Amino acid sequence: MSTVPDAAAVARPEPGAPARAAAPYMNPYLGGVGLGLVLLAAYVAMGRGLGASGAVTSFVAWAVSLVAPGHASANSFFAEYLDGGLGHPLKTWLVFEVLGVLAGGFISGALANRLSRTVEKGPRISVAGRLGFAFAGGALMGIGAKLARGCTSGQALSGGAVLNAGSWAFMMMVFAGAYALAGLMRRQWR
Amino acid sequence: MSAPFYKFAAFGDEASLVIAFVIGIGFGFFLERSGFGSARKLTSQFYLDDLAVFKVMFTAIVTAMLGVFYLSWLGIMDLALVDLVTTNLWPQIVGGLVLGFGFVIGGYCPGTSLVAAVTGRIDGMVFVLGVLAGIFAFGEAFPLLKGFYESGDFGRLTLPQAFHLPYGLVVFLVVVMAVGGFMGAEWVERRFAPRAEGR
Repeated sequence: MSTVPDAAAVARPEPGAPARAAAPYMNPYLGGVGLGLVLLAAYVAMGRGLGASGAVTSFVAWAVSLVAPGHASANSFFAEYLDGGLGHPLKTWLVFEVLGVLAGGFISGALANRLSRTVEKGPRISVAGRLGFAFAGGALMGIGAKLARGCTSGQALSGGAVLNAGSWAFMMMVFAGAYALAGLMRRQWR
Repeated sequence: MSAPFYKFAAFGDEASLVIAFVIGIGFGFFLERSGFGSARKLTSQFYLDDLAVFKVMFTAIVTAMLGVFYLSWLGIMDLALVDLVTTNLWPQIVGGLVLGFGFVIGGYCPGTSLVAAVTGRIDGMVFVLGVLAGIFAFGEAFPLLKGFYESGDFGRLTLPQAFHLPYGLVVFLVVVMAVGGFMGAEWVERRFAPRAEGR
């Protein structure tokens, strides 16, 4: 009676999903310690934190340089990322780290029986509507992360742990922004 | 002093890419384990019945912060060699706000959307396309944004430096804040739990 199923349990089983039920999520404090130790390992080994949007930026800069090389190198933002690799714009620490993120996420999802082709949404919004919001939110996220010199991984998490002043200001604004719009977005999630 | 190992040339650039991949596996693994490949789980943070985002994030911050602090206190790690993104207050405040909007509209952040996409979430894949488009748009508009992007420049700045407090004291205050936050989070979840059944 007291066990309220969490979002994952409610979302499954989906049509086409494996018949075996998805494993419950890890205790959040335990997951946090695991994530924290990975971040600590990055600082001890490399003297740098984790990231995500930086690798995506290398990819965008590289793609732009394929289509319009002169245009990309004339833009100081893209040019910095084009020069940032070890001989190739995609040969960077963050790009390899993000390839690992994809592998690690897939391994964990497979082990927990959580690989399924679904759309994460509340019951009151259409799939098309949800995908439109996903694209719009992603675009805002890309712009915000570049303005702020990093995203939730590179700024909030990594910078937070080494007490970077700008990272803490950023983190508070992320929560402020999300809570400010949560009421308007309720239809999408609930 | 021997850490950060890379800064003391314990290994080269090529080896660092292997380490990047291994560390990335750990990062992606714990993001997925914690449920962060699901937009519904992530956005529950903003409807108060599941505060896993706050709990995981702050436990991770506290864990890594204490590790870095004690390793430097023991003389094993040189904090001055740790990379810090410069503090540019105004773009970071505005960027944080825009990112927060994007979080509750799109349901992910860049790292978690990659985990969502690779575990089959179609909205995660579309979100990643959105991030690509957003970064492209930012890059194209960069000549116009450059002035603002470089404003509010405090250089390399930590909270202990900004508030003129000892590093250890700030570490202690963050731990106290986090523990208080966790107790508050447990209370808030119990308080808002009945709403979860109406989903």
